[in-house]
This record gives sequence, C-alpha cells and structure tokens, in this order.
Amino acid sequence: MSPTSETMSLFSPALARRFDALVEKYPVKRSALIPMLLYAQDEVGYLSDAVVAEVAQRIGITELEVRNVATYYSMLRFKPAGKFNIQVCTNISCMLRGAYEVYERFQEELGVGPKGVTSDGLFSVEEVECIGACCWAPAIQVNYDFHDDLKPDLVPGILDQYRNPIQDQEKDQEKNA
Amino acid sequence: MPRLVSHPDEIKLVSRRFGMGATNIDRYLELGGYEAVKKCLAQGPEWIVEEMKASGLRGRGGAGFSAGMKWSFVPKQSAKPKYILVNGDESEPGTCKDHLIFLHDPHAVIEGTIIAGLAVGAKMGFIYLRGEYRYLLEIMERAVADAYDRGYLGKNIFGSGNEFQIITQTGAGAYEVGEESALMESLEGKRGVPRIKPPFPAVVGLYGGPTVINNAETIATVPQVITMGAQAYAALGTPRNGGTRLFCISGHVERPGVYELPMGYNLKKMIYEVAGGIRGGRKLKAVVPGGSSTPVLLPEEIDIGMDFDQVGKAGSMLGSGGVVVIDDQTCIVEFALRTISFYAHESCGWCIPCREGTDWLKKSLTRFHAGFGTDADIGNMQYLAENMLGRTFCPLGDAAAMPTIAFLKKFRKEFEDHLNGTPCPFAREGVPQLTVV
Ligand SMILES: Cc1cc2nc3c(=O)[nH]c(=O)nc-3n(C[C@H](O)[C@H](O)[C@H](O)COP(=O)(O)O)c2cc1C
Ligand code: FES
Repeated sequence: MSPTSETMSLFSPALARRFDALVEKYPVKRSALIPMLLYAQDEVGYLSDAVVAEVAQRIGITELEVRNVATYYSMLRFKPAGKFNIQVCTNISCMLRGAYEVYERFQEELGVGPKGVTSDGLFSVEEVECIGACCWAPAIQVNYDFHDDLKPDLVPGILDQYRNPIQDQEKDQEKNA
Repeated sequence: MPRLVSHPDEIKLVSRRFGMGATNIDRYLELGGYEAVKKCLAQGPEWIVEEMKASGLRGRGGAGFSAGMKWSFVPKQSAKPKYILVNGDESEPGTCKDHLIFLHDPHAVIEGTIIAGLAVGAKMGFIYLRGEYRYLLEIMERAVADAYDRGYLGKNIFGSGNEFQIITQTGAGAYEVGEESALMESLEGKRGVPRIKPPFPAVVGLYGGPTVINNAETIATVPQVITMGAQAYAALGTPRNGGTRLFCISGHVERPGVYELPMGYNLKKMIYEVAGGIRGGRKLKAVVPGGSSTPVLLPEEIDIGMDFDQVGKAGSMLGSGGVVVIDDQTCIVEFALRTISFYAHESCGWCIPCREGTDWLKKSLTRFHAGFGTDADIGNMQYLAENMLGRTFCPLGDAAAMPTIAFLKKFRKEFEDHLNGTPCPFAREGVPQLTVV
C-alpha cells in the first residue's frame, strides 16, 4: 500500500517530507520508528489509529509492533491532550522547592484534575518525572518549552502567555521598537 | 534559559564555553574548538587511547568506569561496523548537566564523538537525547549540519581521508533507556528493555557491532583532555579520579546550580560555600550525593572528598553528579516515597524482582506515609530491598533498593514516628500531602 490521499491529508507536506528523510537517515529503517511517532504526535495531537497504521506501513512492520513499542514510552499517548500540555515535574529536587504547590495551583486555575483537559481543549496538566532541570527547580514543560524557578504565583502569568500568544508578541514588538 | 552560576573555586573546562555563544561554529573555532581532533588525527588511535587512560577520566554517567579502558576493549578488527554512542538520556533525578552541555557547547560533543571514533576505528556516531530535550536536539542538529558543511564530518573529515558520520536521535520518555543496552534497543526502534551481559557493548552493541557508549559529559570532556594533556588533566583531581566534574547542586541550598569543581572537592564545602549554605538559615538534614539512586548521607558524613572512591568508602556513590540537599523541615518518609515511586514508574517490567520489588516498596511507603503503617513494614521493606540487590536484570533494581536501605537504616526513628498515630510529623497547613497514584 502506498500512502493514499487519506493518509496524505493526515500529515502536513512538511511532516511527510520529514518522514521520507527519517526512513533514510539510519543504517536500519526501524530506527526511525520512535522519532516518527513523536513527530506525528506533535502534529496530530496523539497516536490515532490512522497514525499507527501509516507509521507501520512506512517502516514496514505491523501495527501491533508499533503499538508494542509506543506503549513503552511515557511521552507517547493514544488519547488527545490539551493543545498546551503542562507537565509539572514533582520529582525530588522540584518537590523540595515546592513543585506540589505549583501542580495544585495549575489544577486550581484550570479547574481540572491530574491528566485533565480543559473543556476548550486548550490546556491539560499532568505530573511528570524529572525533566533534567533540577538546579532550576521547580520546573515544568509546556509541550517542549521549559519554565524554571516557578512559584504558585507565577502560574496565572504562564497560562496567559499561552492563552494570548499574539498579544504577547505584539508587546514584544513594541518593546523592541 | 537555565540560570548559569559561578564560584571562584570552579575550574571551568567542560563549562568554559557556557554562555559564550559557542553553538555558533565560528565562535567555537575562535574559542579553540576542533583543535583537539586535529591533534588526534596527527597522533593516531593508540596515542588517543593511552592519553585517555592516563587522564584518569571516569564515566560521568554514573558507574565511573575508566573511559580509556572502555575504549581499549573494542576489538581492532571487526566484521560488523563499530559505533560510538553518546548517552544524552539524562534522566536520573537530580541531574541536569548534560542539559547545559547540549545548550551551550554542542560542538564539544561532536568533537569528542569524532575523537572516540578515531580511537576505536568507528566511522559512525549516534547522539541520543531524551525526548523532552527537543530544543536541545534542535541545537545539536544545527551543530551537526554545520560540522558537515565545513567538512568536519563526512567521508573525508578535515581532509584526512578518514570517514566519520554523526546521526542524532530522540527518545520519547523513559529513564530505563539511559541504561546502555536498553538505549541500543531504543535506537533500534524497540522497547527499551535491557540486554543480557555478556556480551558487553564493546564487543556486541548497536546493530550487533562493537560499540563504545559514553555519557555526554564524558564525551564533551575528551577534547579538553587532549588539549591540555592527560597529565595536566589528571593532576586537577585525586588519584584515579582525574580532572573536574559538573556537579548539579539542587534542593534546599541558597544558590542551586551546575558548578564545575575538581574531583575530590569537599562535599561540605560544596554545600556551605559554593552553593551558599542551606536556604533560609535552616539546618541540614541529609544529602543525596550522586542522583536519586545513591544512598543518602547524614550531616556528619559529608566531610568527604567528592570522588568515586571516597564517596564509595562513605557508603554511597558519586553517581551522576546530582547533589540533592535536604533541610530539617523535610519528611524523609515522604522523600523516600517520592524517590521510590519514580523507580516503580520507570521499571521496564522485564524482570520480576525489579518490577514487583519497586511496586511493593512504593505501596508500602505510600501506606506508611499515610499513617497506616505497621511495625512489621519497616523490616519487610528492608528485607524486600536487600533481596532485590544484585538480583535484577539491569541495575535499575539496585537503584531503587540502595536508597531504600539507607533511608530505613539512617532514619529509622523517623519511620517509627509515623507509626504513632500522627501520620506525618512534618505535615504543614496548606501544603498538599504527597499522594501517589
Ligand atoms: C537504569 C539506568 C539508567 C541510566 N541512565 C543513564 C543516563 O541517563 N545517562 C547516562 O549517561 N548514563 C546512564 N546510565 C549508565 C549507562 O548504562 C552507562 O553506564 C553510561 O552511559 C556509560 O557512560 P560513561 O562510562 O561515560 O559514564 C544508566 C544506567 C542505568 C542502570
Ligand atoms: S527533579 Fe524536577 S527537574 Fe529534576
């Protein structure tokens, strides 16, 4: 099966090109599997059945094999998260400096519990293990962006940054002008 | 951007280009970059391996194995291609030094990888970063592309006739994938389950070929060793512990940060002088000296030099360089619970002592911290942890068992206090209690 018009529209042309490059990148094609899944998830939001099928076909392994691998990795998910997924590290270095208070505050501000998604689909929040920012604790990631040295009082400001990205950019431009 | 720190006692080698714009290849060259690899091309493989051995550089990933020795185990002749694998999975709680290396000095990683390749006769290297480090992967990818453009990578590096290729790779969230053989599985597009050893990676590794795997800091140190010379590098540290190391000081100190200090630097001084002492004038309760898997030290045990041998003698490990400082307002049972729930979450489930052991430790500690513990629990947890030691497929089981044993032994009184009706003597108004799901 070659990529059909349906799968063509599943991924953007840029991602489809990235996939073409990925399967050539490694000495063995299958090494492209994990990056492909992650990049597909970044674009589609989660590993839908269609994503799994398409990736399996591109690598030349079964869908079952793809799922077997994907379920191992904690960043890969089979259900959509918020457009901005807030990952609060609560591991030891962060815990010692107030990570649980930050985590609580995010849940309060968003009105959702652990792994909850806001009704507008904009945010989700989850507790994660150490993200390699222990000396700048407590730390979080919003999708791939790091935010360091947090306090509960900084939480509303962080949410606003993602709610009003355009306004912020304008503000930046004003500042630079 | 992670905050950079500095202290007069630091000797900045690996961190010397931090904050200096060295992600730009021209800037890296201005700052002395890619000179070490040229020296290596002139001197040849045996010389490189001997220099590395003489430098006393020991692996910065945790186990502290001599880098030069490891390189010397790779067979000269091999039917299968040989590989260099740079471990940037950096997931041991308390550790964030490779983060800064990728952020500030990606070309040092590339240069170190090429030198390792020349030393063992490998033509290809992989740089594997944990999936969460996407922005760092992009920095590495840019740097690799620039190195190709200049002819520092490719079929004929530096016009020497030698070939060396570098491929970057992303993980997708898994601590266990930092274990060397699990990392190879992951790179092959599989679940990160460890392989049985022997054969060791130096003989049968990635894609079945002889493979040198080193931590990103180890690799970034290599050009420094070559530039300054093995003897000078070794002299900075203590016997058998050459050079400097990036220490990640976190937790309850006034000035947390990544500091580059000579091997053997006194731990007490590190906490009280370099990192500014305990936050808010409080008292020290405990120190985890080398990432969350290393046994906790009491305040009276920290007057030691931070090298692999001295910390070992004190009953703990230098590990990954993550020094986690804990003040007297902290509940050790809660700290132990958070530590162990990590290992329970990250156990790959392949071998039973680790999968079941970490889970039962977590369950017992959860119940205990919630105030439903019994006298027998303390002994049971100890028994369970002792029986995990050395009985798991890879060292992840030990990583959970060792700190547990130390917490129970050194803070037994605090565990017992949790049995006396008040669930946690440290519970504070308005501070959420740790509940593990
Ligand atoms: C469970 C587990 C996780 C590990 N995680 C890492 C890691 O994130 N980064 C790393 O460099 N080494 C890690 N290691 C150590 C590696 O297996 C390996 O020893 C190391 O990468 C070798 O490099 P070095 O000799 O330069 O230290 C881990 C080991 C175990 C058992
Ligand atoms: S413990 Fe939170 S980033 Fe390491």
